[in-house]
Amino acid sequence: MDVTRTQVARTRRGSAARLGLLALPVAFFAVFFAWPVAAIVARGLKADGAWQFGRIADVVTQPDIRHVLWFTTWQALASTALTLLLALPAAHVFARLDFPGKQLLRAVVTVPFVLPTVVVGSAFLALVGRGGLLDELWGVRLDTTVWAILLAHVFFNYAVVVRTVGGLWAQLDPRQEEAARMLGASPLKAWRKVTLPALAPAVAAAALMVFLFTFTSFGVVQILGGPTFSTLEVEIYRQTSEIFDLSSAAVLTLVQFVAVGAILVVHAWTVRRRETALRLVDPRTTARRPRGAGQWALLAGVLATIALLLVLPLTVLVRRSLDAPGLGYYRALAHADGGTFLVAPVHAVWTSLEYAVAATAIAVVIGGLAAAALARRDAGRLVRGFDALLMLPLGVSAVTVGFGFLIALDKPPLDLRQSWILVPLAQALVGAPFVVRTMLPVLRAVDARLREAAAVLGASPWRVWREVDLPMVRRALLVAAGFAFAVSLGEFGATVFIARPDNPTLPVAVARLLSRPGDLNYGQAMALSTILMVVCAVALLILERLRTDRTGEF
Amino acid sequence: MLLSLDAATVRFGERAVLDAVGLDVAEHEVVCVLGPSGSGKSTLLRAVAGLQPLTGGRILLDGRDQSGVPAHKRGVGLMFQDHQLFPQRDVGANVAFGPRMRGVARRERDAEVGKLLELVGLPGAARRAVASLSGGEQQRVALARALAPRPRLLMLDEPLGQLDRSLRERLVVELRELFGRLGTTVLAVTHDQGEAFALADRVVVMRDGRIAQSGTPLEVWQRPADAFVARFLGFDNVVGGTVAGTAADSPWGKLPVPEGSPQGGRTLVVRPAGVRLVAADAGLPCTVTARTFKGSHVAVRLQPGDGPRLEAACALRDAPEVGEAVGVEFDAAEIAVLD
Repeated sequence: MDVTRTQVARTRRGSAARLGLLALPVAFFAVFFAWPVAAIVARGLKADGAWQFGRIADVVTQPDIRHVLWFTTWQALASTALTLLLALPAAHVFARLDFPGKQLLRAVVTVPFVLPTVVVGSAFLALVGRGGLLDELWGVRLDTTVWAILLAHVFFNYAVVVRTVGGLWAQLDPRQEEAARMLGASPLKAWRKVTLPALAPAVAAAALMVFLFTFTSFGVVQILGGPTFSTLEVEIYRQTSEIFDLSSAAVLTLVQFVAVGAILVVHAWTVRRRETALRLVDPRTTARRPRGAGQWALLAGVLATIALLLVLPLTVLVRRSLDAPGLGYYRALAHADGGTFLVAPVHAVWTSLEYAVAATAIAVVIGGLAAAALARRDAGRLVRGFDALLMLPLGVSAVTVGFGFLIALDKPPLDLRQSWILVPLAQALVGAPFVVRTMLPVLRAVDARLREAAAVLGASPWRVWREVDLPMVRRALLVAAGFAFAVSLGEFGATVFIARPDNPTLPVAVARLLSRPGDLNYGQAMALSTILMVVCAVALLILERLRTDRTGEF
Repeated sequence: MLLSLDAATVRFGERAVLDAVGLDVAEHEVVCVLGPSGSGKSTLLRAVAGLQPLTGGRILLDGRDQSGVPAHKRGVGLMFQDHQLFPQRDVGANVAFGPRMRGVARRERDAEVGKLLELVGLPGAARRAVASLSGGEQQRVALARALAPRPRLLMLDEPLGQLDRSLRERLVVELRELFGRLGTTVLAVTHDQGEAFALADRVVVMRDGRIAQSGTPLEVWQRPADAFVARFLGFDNVVGGTVAGTAADSPWGKLPVPEGSPQGGRTLVVRPAGVRLVAADAGLPCTVTARTFKGSHVAVRLQPGDGPRLEAACALRDAPEVGEAVGVEFDAAEIAVLD
């Protein structure tokens, strides 16, 4: 009797500890994600106190909306295919070949991923747009075609494929392929029959992430799409802020929600499969110097792709910002012009940094607590379900979240409309999933018996966390903080709604400058983008230094 | 009693890993639990440490029921099978961990660490990185770390399992001497009978979550409780027979047994030294099927014309060749009749 009772008590205590850890993240996502999104969807679908579910069929069958749906899907598929095509050879090169400057190049490749979408858009505009480099040289303009969008998406997602696939590739035991060769397989056949099946889950996971990011693409399409091309996310923005058709926006939000939910389920499934029995080896032992014409050609091809597709747009962007004599565009940033901005655009740098620091702190606390709860070995199905839910903010329309903030959080008991914290809160929603994804693999890798050893030596559960877990995840925590910082710095979709006009962030200021005519505005946009890029890149390079092991998923 | 297990039971689903285990350990006693892998030895230690909750029964330390007392408040030490040294801390910080958790002042702690490292034969190693230690050194550091908080009961899980043979034999003697000097109460588990016999005042043999036998090393060695224990201790000549007086009927013919042996249908154990090889025309006729050089002696496998195979131990110069026909006689002093 006694024993049974203490058993129950102990189980309860375990659950209580877990719920305690989860309470804050759950409350955070409920109040700052679920509620605003639900509020705006409800506002859109409710008229005169009655639900208008008929609107769903109405909106979805509209020809122009169907066109948007179709375009969103096919451009995402095409972007994904193109990214895989261009980035898989690079994954091989980074995993299996050894060459000078590899570390630096790996960082260079990763820079675009954390660049704000607005900057990516501007960079491609400077390359392929009106008066862009291609226009000057050959009179070629791509900004009116879908190619600009596709290439920008490749630019943006190249690192996702290189990191996810390359990370696993580097750890695959080359002797597996050698064993196949000894059994009579040709090099190509050995790759196809042994390496490819082992890589397949990683490739699938990477493809799904790229699909997710391009399916919900906003900044890039907003800047490069012009009036012709529009994704769901852009359409939601247009319906909400230009046409004020909230019910259409609500329906589109729901449609995107369902699509993204389906994608996340598939993703979670492939990630789980990726963790199945593969014998992994130290990545440092698998890379060799290139040998033979084939390998040198592959290396050269990958380097050329990176130079053309990743480095060139950034270079052009920087050059554009320097077009005016004596750094004129940069100096113009220091003056308020009274029209577009109430304060000098350069002020946006400090605003952005302040917001990003606050957002990083929030994301680290929320994501760290969630990761700690999810990493417990006794985590039940409910908790693991929360794991998948955490990824949702990445896929749900940031525009919806931003607008939802405005209508849900503007009255008591939670009136934050006038508060500066609103922007960091929205940005932390996007940052927290990155924190969870970076910390979870490390926390799960901590040997449970180390914790037991500490407990037997007299450490209470709290001290076990401080003495055993914390020292091991300290670096992952820093990496996660860096990601959250870069992501917050570049967040655009939600921020564009809730940043106050007198306090724009860098991406918002860039978009505002780009929306106005004139060379000075354009030049200033390029200059501001360059500043944003440098701030992001510095954060990222510091992060790359800290990160010598590639255990996280990003 | 320092430690008492009272019908301690641990179930994983339907399977009982510990099945109503009763065990007492007195103060200053060194008890070694011996059993094959999967017999529940490690679970026993984890349950006493508070890392594995019981499904039934009780664990008492100094007569106090430990149910509901978390691991960090039980005041017992556990040395893990693979040491589990904290990789991000140096040797000194690993040893100082326990005292630090108990709030011992720094100066006192440092002195204690120095003393303990000297005790385990690693003087001056406090600043070394854990990764730079050899297996044997890690073993010593783990021992020092477990001893540092002065646990009332020290538990060792396969203490010498991963070390090479010569090191193991040396350390076993050192440990025995150390525990005797410190008066530490020890509960160790191992699958190696040599280790258990060398280390323990008392040996407890476990099988499938139950205790199969408990006694001094000599008792267990001379009179295994049943065929399982006998085979686990390495005796392969185990056979059923009917005992009448000082002789037993068995598949190997008539065996002489010691006086006072239990009578009737019994299990008999013949130690290899009790199998004497004689001329082919005397005793039980056998064929030699294999011979294995064991250093001090040669193990000879014999196939009688009828009945199970036999193992004999003999000196190198007396060992017959494979295929040779020999006769076998038995020595009553090396035969045990099990209860």
